[in-house]
Formats: sequence, structure tokens, C-alpha cells
Amino acid sequence: MGVGGAPAGASPGVSPGAPALALRGITKRFGDLVANDRIDFEVRAGEVHALLGENGAGKTTAMRIAYGLTHPDAGQILVRNELKAIRSPRDAIEAGVGMVTQHFALVRPMTVAENLVLGRGSTLRLDLDQARRQTEEASARLGIKVDPAARVADLSVGEQQRVEILKALSRECRILILDEPTAVLVPDEVQALFATLRLLVGEGMSVVFISHKLAEVRAISHRITVLRRGEVVGMVDGQTAERELARMMVGRPSFGVERSPDASQAAHEPILRIRDLHATGTQGLPALTDVSLDVAAGEIVGVAGVSGNGQTELVEVLSGMRRPTGGSITVGDTEVTAANPTAVMAAGVGRIPEDRHASLVGDLSVAYNLVLERLDAFRRGGRIDEPAVRAHADELIARFDIRARPDDPVVTLSGGNVQKVLLARVLSRDPRVLVVSQPTRGLDVGATEYVRSQLLAARQRGAAVLLVSEDLDELLALADRLVVLYEGRLVGQVTAAEADVEHLGMLMAGRGRAA
Amino acid sequence: MRSRFRLSPWSTPVLVLAAILITFAITAGPILLAGANPIQAYALFVINPLTSGFTAIEVLVTATPILFTGAAVAIAFRAGYWNIGAEGQLLLGAIAAAGVGMVVGGWPPIAALAAMIIAGALAGAAWALVPAILRIRFGIDEVVTTLLLNPVALLLVNGLLHGPWRDPVTGFPESPRIAAVAEFPQLLERSRLHLGFLLALAVIVIAWYVLARTPAGLRLRAAGLSPHGARFAGINVGRTLLAAALVSGAIAGLAGVSEVAGIQNRLTSGLSPGYGYTGIVVATLGTLTMPGVVLAALFLGDLTVGASTAARSLGIPSQLGAVVQGVLLLTTVALLALRRYRFRPTRPEEGGGSETAAEVGAADVAAEGQPG
Amino acid sequence: MTFLVDLLAATLRNATPLVYGTVGETYAERSGVLNLGIEGTMYAGAFAGFATAWVTGSPLLGLAAAIGVGLGAGAIMALLTVTLGANQHVSGIGLTIGLIGASEFTNRLIFQGGELQRIEPMPIVNPFDGLAGLGEVGAIFDQYALTWIAFLVVVPVAWYVLQRSSFGLEIRAVGENPEAADAAGVNVARTRYLALMIGGALMAIGGAFITLALLGSFTLDIIAGRGWVCVALVIFGRWRIGRGVIGALIFSLIFSLQFRLRILPGFGELPFELLLALPYLVVIAALAISGRNVAYPGAYLKPYRRS
Repeated sequence: MGVGGAPAGASPGVSPGAPALALRGITKRFGDLVANDRIDFEVRAGEVHALLGENGAGKTTAMRIAYGLTHPDAGQILVRNELKAIRSPRDAIEAGVGMVTQHFALVRPMTVAENLVLGRGSTLRLDLDQARRQTEEASARLGIKVDPAARVADLSVGEQQRVEILKALSRECRILILDEPTAVLVPDEVQALFATLRLLVGEGMSVVFISHKLAEVRAISHRITVLRRGEVVGMVDGQTAERELARMMVGRPSFGVERSPDASQAAHEPILRIRDLHATGTQGLPALTDVSLDVAAGEIVGVAGVSGNGQTELVEVLSGMRRPTGGSITVGDTEVTAANPTAVMAAGVGRIPEDRHASLVGDLSVAYNLVLERLDAFRRGGRIDEPAVRAHADELIARFDIRARPDDPVVTLSGGNVQKVLLARVLSRDPRVLVVSQPTRGLDVGATEYVRSQLLAARQRGAAVLLVSEDLDELLALADRLVVLYEGRLVGQVTAAEADVEHLGMLMAGRGRAA
Repeated sequence: MRSRFRLSPWSTPVLVLAAILITFAITAGPILLAGANPIQAYALFVINPLTSGFTAIEVLVTATPILFTGAAVAIAFRAGYWNIGAEGQLLLGAIAAAGVGMVVGGWPPIAALAAMIIAGALAGAAWALVPAILRIRFGIDEVVTTLLLNPVALLLVNGLLHGPWRDPVTGFPESPRIAAVAEFPQLLERSRLHLGFLLALAVIVIAWYVLARTPAGLRLRAAGLSPHGARFAGINVGRTLLAAALVSGAIAGLAGVSEVAGIQNRLTSGLSPGYGYTGIVVATLGTLTMPGVVLAALFLGDLTVGASTAARSLGIPSQLGAVVQGVLLLTTVALLALRRYRFRPTRPEEGGGSETAAEVGAADVAAEGQPG
Repeated sequence: MTFLVDLLAATLRNATPLVYGTVGETYAERSGVLNLGIEGTMYAGAFAGFATAWVTGSPLLGLAAAIGVGLGAGAIMALLTVTLGANQHVSGIGLTIGLIGASEFTNRLIFQGGELQRIEPMPIVNPFDGLAGLGEVGAIFDQYALTWIAFLVVVPVAWYVLQRSSFGLEIRAVGENPEAADAAGVNVARTRYLALMIGGALMAIGGAFITLALLGSFTLDIIAGRGWVCVALVIFGRWRIGRGVIGALIFSLIFSLQFRLRILPGFGELPFELLLALPYLVVIAALAISGRNVAYPGAYLKPYRRS
């Protein structure tokens, strides 16, 4: 059987327009967090159906459930109107569902052909010819061009994505789920992907397109389902205006914690100065280009943007965990470009990064984690001043409302309490500069409000706060000034007064100049 | 996944006890094969050595070298540094002790002993230095390099004994006897218990104090538990690993000093029947804590003395001791893994998944190796 | 000329256990498991092969016994590290301690620690024997059957299976990215078990070669760190069978050379043990130079469990 199966227009068993895959009442909780709250969703044969929403809205979770990677707490999955028990990717593949996850499931040191034949059963000889034929056929029919003999690690991410699609098609999938497929592509590649998808749906296939980029969603989708905070906001036509989509996706600010509009931050000198900053990401590609930004005392500057646009690298560089390739960072009069974590902290920078668990030592106690950054201050003679450590922990546990005992290992704490430990460790040192990333991701409402109120209190005390978040509500509620990071560059800057949700949504989606 | 020994106080003794019982059940096979009754054999192994003063003291004598190597291995493993080279470091300590011991005739005893102890510790640390630097600067796996240096150390010992240090009187491949002032004094009349035992206890008390009570110890533990989290908190992980490796080597070197000065009074090629490897068993069975190391070393000392009694009275080859050690190590590590698997709280798809110490450690170390 | 012929013949001979061990360790590590049980597995293979051959009088049965022991050792390693997810370093060391102990225990039971027992070593075969034109050089090919099998059968077949069969593809996939392999329908645990067991069998054959062919007897400490050398050679060879075999030949060349240097004037003064240590130091030096920032298999040391 060749790639994709049946010829265009004649998909056996499925009349065009019939629901190919349907989710009914899918609910999934992770601890306190409701990732999916009674999600209903369906995709028809021969359509591209987009799942639109901000990060953390629950799009990926819903589709991982459909592909058997995550198990739902409640709800049903129907494939071609038939109830299916999908417990593993293998069940999904057998039901004709394929998924291209955001982190590709490819074996990087192997060739394209090897990746295509992997898992087809053990034989003494590898039928790499079959894989070669499939790639040639796909190249002729769908315009997907990949060299079957190339090593996956040598391919661009766009090419790797084509291998993933090819892999799904070679398993004869009829429903293809793509998770943020354009996040890693350059514009030309996006056009090529869209051409392929149009060909596939022309043949009666179904495509689920997970994204938060408005323009792309409108360009490719027949219908759009919008998710916000785990719930379906609505299902609309593919031609719905970008402004309307942005409004549905982002919603309106609805949190109790808000910045008081009093502080006259403009009067203050900037404390954190970032000039022409350049940095490369983990894979050696440019992650930050020419970033210049000032943050003044008593000011919260929000950095908006969808994930993977350089936020992680920006925070790592400011935290002393990644070396920039160019530019400079100063705190007051101290230069901290390429400084190590100790020097960054000594300059008065407090750091609350996005991966809060990895930033603590999970197997050590709350009390020890609270003093780990400055052990020398808790030394009496040659030894740790245990009573002082204990008293410090008791005080911070009370002051920051941490629901744990001093001796509890951090790994046993809930996400909200882990974040409070990190907050307490940082804020108890009264930092001049606070670098915060995704401070409330994955937290429940109570913890979220608490963390936000603490950030505002730090601002009130005169700290310069750089707040990186993918949650626009959060930024609008807290920040005095907003900048947008897109593909490693700052593409827009607005004050809180001028901030306009729809405009920001478009900047974040790379539609800044058109708007 | 490098080290992740989670310590859960309520179940650790239970777990170790279970490991011992499972080990006995498994090794009943070889005992039956040797034509003996396993129950009777275990009574001989475990209980008999404790029934007479002489054998009870022998238990302490036998435990002495593995107290050192167990502590050495535990310190390194706690830091996430896989020093499998305690055997070689021990032999280097022995060479240094013999070398110094042969030339200090006429020195005051205190000076002679101090010179020997310092030389042994330095030699052990020196033997640990190259693998540590290769790991920290270039990311070369310390497991392989520390392992490979073990046979080299043994060849060095044999080379000396067949060459320059061959006993000129007997012609045997043994070094001449060390000076009388360099011999460790005996602690009890008519027993082999010597100063090395007290030295081992002193080292363990100090190691316990440093690990449990000082900032340096906390940094070492943090670096081993989460290299990334430690580095984020401003701890220099590379320097911590280097210190752990050198201290580990030095303590293993002291085991060699203790055997030369306390038991053999000369360098011999059969000085260590694998004390360095037994140190891994002791450290693991002691769940990498110093009190645990003491208990585990005493237990293994007990078994070893018992095994030699059993060899004589029941005809069970004393090599059973090594079988027990291997099986004990495997059951302990298996049960520890089982506990971690069962009790490790799971986190929903948050962040980038779990880090591995190997990866993160290498990345950390590489980043810290850069100048500036 | 005789010196060179002799040296090359010895190089092939001494490389044989290392080739088996290195190929076996490569299989284990390519599946994602560091098997430090190699030293003990080679030791147990050496002993089981010898003891069985001594008891039955059949070297072939001895070889079969060694293979059985190797399969068992691999299975134990797999049980610990794949099924239970135990620490691979400690598991491997424990396996080595246990297997060496068990071999010496059994040795004592069978031979009572009496005088050294010998068996008739496996015969030397030279397929080119009497071939005109080779002359003196033909002596290079005076080798044991297990040496011929190592270089002409095991190495090419092991390479083919790993690189060209779908089973080998699965081994490499579970060692690089078990999540991707699992998603593609590969049974990760089963694949790692098989890789460890095949690897264990090869290691044990390497050990048995020493007792059944090279020496015709079993002595304590017979492996003397050869297993650790194999672990280093796998890294030196960057997990490629061909490069690993080349590493084994280089090590063996140095090893065989130092033996012959001893009889030369000038070298005779040095204790031979110091020369014996030379090959180990060369391996460490080679690692220090070529082992920097090598790409380990992606899932090296990591147990896999579906989330």
C-alpha cells in the first residue's frame, strides 16, 4: 500500500463531510489543574479543523488523548462514528489516527528510511527499498521532498517535520494531528506545508491543526475551535476575522490582582539595562537578536510572546545560566554580561525561572533550599548554623504562606508551594532586579493570585521587575509596560494604558506590521 | 540516570534487611552445592564470629579497610562522581606507606606515622586526580578511567615487588619490612586490632560531620542530587566534583596505609582482596550515609570472618563471601530502584521532563570550565 | 622478519577476547545499557568453559557452557536495569563481583585448590598452510578456530545485524530514543533484553577463548581488567563495531609488543609489570584524546518507562 492510500475524492467508508474523529466530553486533570474540561471537538473527512488557543489552554492535552499518549479522566473518542478505546499510540495508528508531536518522535542519528521502517516487525533484512519507494511516491504525489538516505539529525526542522508526516502517512493514517506545526518553520516552509495539507484533505483526509497563530489558522482551516483555560470557547468558521479570533483566544482580564496605576516609574533611572543582546539556543541556532530593553525601579516590564520565541534564552542569560554571544547587561553600575549565577545574584538580581522544579534541589528539604544561594550567611564557625536555617525557614514559611514543614523535601510539595519556596528564597533577599518567567503556569487560582500579589509588592518596594509570560491576562494585569518577543526580536512596545488585547495578540502571532 | 538514592528513613532499615534476607535465600543454592546446611552455615557466618572475644575483634580488623573504602565510595557517589577506582587508590596509598615506612627508621613514632598517613592520602588523591580532571574538563566518563587504573596500580605494586623493592633477604616478591616506628600500634594485647581501626572511625566521623553539618557538605549533596539546581543556586559543581574525587581517593589511600602499617608491615601483592570493590558494596548497602557505612562494614566484616570459619568447619569455600557480596549489592540496588519507582511522585507534563545528572552534569561542568 | 611475523600472529591471538568483549559491550550500549558486568561475564565464561571442558573432555561443550553463562549474565543485567530500572553502574559492578565470586567458589568446589589442571587447548588451524609463496609469513595465519570465527564470522555478522537488519535498527532505536521507538511499535524492554543477552554470550566466549585455547588452564584473576579495556574500546570506537575492533587490534599490538620488548637488551632492566601496564595507559591516553565530547547513545544509562 502506498502513501496516503486511496486516490483523491474516493475514501472508502467515509463520505466527505462525515465526522472522522470526535471527542465527547473529554476531561483531564493534573493534580489541581483542569487541563481539559468537558471538551467536545470533531473533525470531518476532507477538512482542516484548527484548535486555537494560548499556551496552556489545553489544545495539546486534548490531542494527546486522541492519540493515546495521555489517558482521559472522562469522555469518549469516536472514530468514524464508532466508539474506540485508544490506550496507546499503537491503538491510534490502527484506528487510522496519526500525530506529529511538537517534539518529533524521530531517532536523530538514523536515516530517513530507517525511521520510516522502524517498528514494522523484525526481519533479518531491512527493507529500505520500500521506504525509498514510499518517499519517491510521496515526493511525486504530494511534493514532499526528502532524501531517504539522509540522516535525520542533518535535516532542517522543516524537513524533519516532513519525515514525521511521511511516517504517519506510511502507516496509512486517515486523520492527521499536527501540534504547532508552523512553530518551527520559516515562511516558505509554511507555504509548502499548507500545500501538502490541502492535497491531503482533497483526498478525503482529515487534519487537526493545533496553533495559536491567527493568520495561519485562517489561511488553512475550514473550521476553528477555540480553547481557553481548558474549555471550549466556541467553534467558528475558518474565515472569522483575526480580531474576533484574538478576542476569543485571549479573553478579557479577569483576575482580582491588578497593578495600582499610581507609581511614577518614568521618574526613575533604569536599573536593568540590556543592550544589543544576542544569544544562541541549545541547538546552536540564533535565539535572541539585538534585544535592548531597560527596566526602571518600581516598574514591571512584561515580555509577551508565544513560547519558543527566545523567552527561555533571555531568562537564562539574565540568570547567569547561559552565555550571550553579544551585547551587554548591566544592573545599576555592575556589568553582569556572561556572569555566573553567583555574580548575578551578588549584583542584586533575583531569579524565578520557568522550570521551577529544576531550579531547586528536589531531594533536599525546604529549609536547605531556602538558604542554598547564600550558605555562607548561615555558617557558624565551620558548620551550618542549623537553628538559624530553621528559624529562617519558619519565618519564610509563615511570611510566604508555604504549606510545608521545613524538613519536607521540596519534591513532595505541590506546584504552588514549590513556586512559593522559590519566591521566598528570592524575595527574602530584597533584590533590586527581579527576573521572572511563567510564574503562574500550572498553578491553581489561589496560588496564582498570591504569586501575582507578591510580584506587585516587590514593584511597590522599588524592584525592577522583568516578567516573561505567555499569559496575556497576567501581563495586562501586572505590567506597566509591555514588549513583544517574536523570533528572538522585540517587535513592539506599548504602555499599559495603550495596551490593546487584539493588537498584542497580532504582534505575538507575527502580524505586527500588518496591523 | 546517575545517582538517585532517595533516603526515606522509615523504610531504609527494612529495605536493607530485606536485601540481606533475599541474598541469604539466593546463596542457599551454592551452600547446598557445597554439601552444607544453609541454616547452619548462616548461623556460622553471622552469629558465630560474635560469640568469642577473639573472633569479635577479628570482625573489627576485617572491617577496617572496608570502613575506609566504603566511606571513600560513599562520598564520591553522594557528589554524583562515579569513582570505581578505590581499589587502585588503595594500592597507591599502600605503596606510599611502604615507601615512607622503609625510610623513617630512627624518626620519632608520631612523625613517622604522620608522614606515612599523609603520604598515603596524597598518593590516593593523586591516583584519583587524572580521571577527575578528564571528567570535569573534557567530559570523559570517570567510570572507565578509574576502572582501568585499578589493574595499572596492581601492576605497579607487582613491578616494585619484582624489581627494586624485592626483599633482599628472602628473595620473595615482598618489600622489606617497614621500620618498627612506622608500624601501627596494637590496640589490644594479643589481637590484630590496630590504630587503623581508630583512624577509620575518625575519618568516618569527620566525613559524617562535613557531609551532614557543613556548607561544603550541603553543596556536595546538592551537586549530586541535582547538578542543574545546584548550579542555579550558585554552586560551582565542577569544583565540588573535583574535591569529592580527591577526598575519596585520599580516604581510599588511607585504607592502603592501614593495611601496610597495621597488618602486613610491608608491601605485598595480595594486600587487598578487592577492598576497593567491596567499598562499593559497603557504600550501597549503607545507602551512602556514614552511619550506614559503619553498619555495613561491620556486617561484611562479620560475614567474612564467619566465612573463613565456615570454610574450615563445614567445607564451604570461603569464596562464598564474594558471592554474597555481589548478590547483596544487586538485591540492594534492585530494591532501592523498586522503592524509587513506587514512591516517586509523578508530575504531569510540566517543564521539559526529568533531567539526568549525567547530561546536566556534563553541561554544567562544560559551562563552568569556560574562563570568565 | 620472524620477529614481525611472530608479533602479528600474537596480536591477532591476543586481540581475540577483546574483539568478542568489545562487540558484546557494543550491543549492550547501543541498546542504551552500560554493562559493567563484562569483566565478571568474561571471567565466568572463562571458568565455565574450562570446567565443563575439563569434566566432559569436550572443548565444544565448554564453549556451549560459556555461552549459556553469558546469556544468563545478560539476562540478570537486563532484569536489574531494564525491568527494575536499577542504577547501571552499581548493577554492573555487582554482577562482576558476584560472577567472579561464583566462579572462584565453584573452582574451589571442583578442583579443591589442588595443583593447576590443564586441558588440551583447542587446535591451531591455518587455512593457508602449505600455500606456496607465503613462506615464513604464513605463520601469521596459525590461529585458533575461535580467532578465525571472531574476525571472519562474528565481526561481519554482528556489524550486519546491527546496521542492516531491522532487529539491529530496533536496538539502535531503543538506545537512542526509546520514546520514538515505542511510538513506532517497538517493544523496548524485549529489545534491550535480547541485546544484553547476545552481548553477554559474546563476552563469555571471549573469556572462554582464554582458557580453552590460549592457555588450556584456568588461573585466578585470568581476565585481569580485559573487560574494562573493552568498555574503554567501545567509547574509543564511538560505538562502531569496526572502530572498536581496530582499537582492540591496536591495544593487542602494544600488549604483544611489550612482551617481546622484554627480551631486548636495555628493556630487561625494567620490571615487566611496568611494561604490562603500558597498554592500559595507552587506552586512557587514547580516551583522553579521542573521547572528548563524544556522542553517547541518546538513552545511555536511562531506564525507559512509558509515561
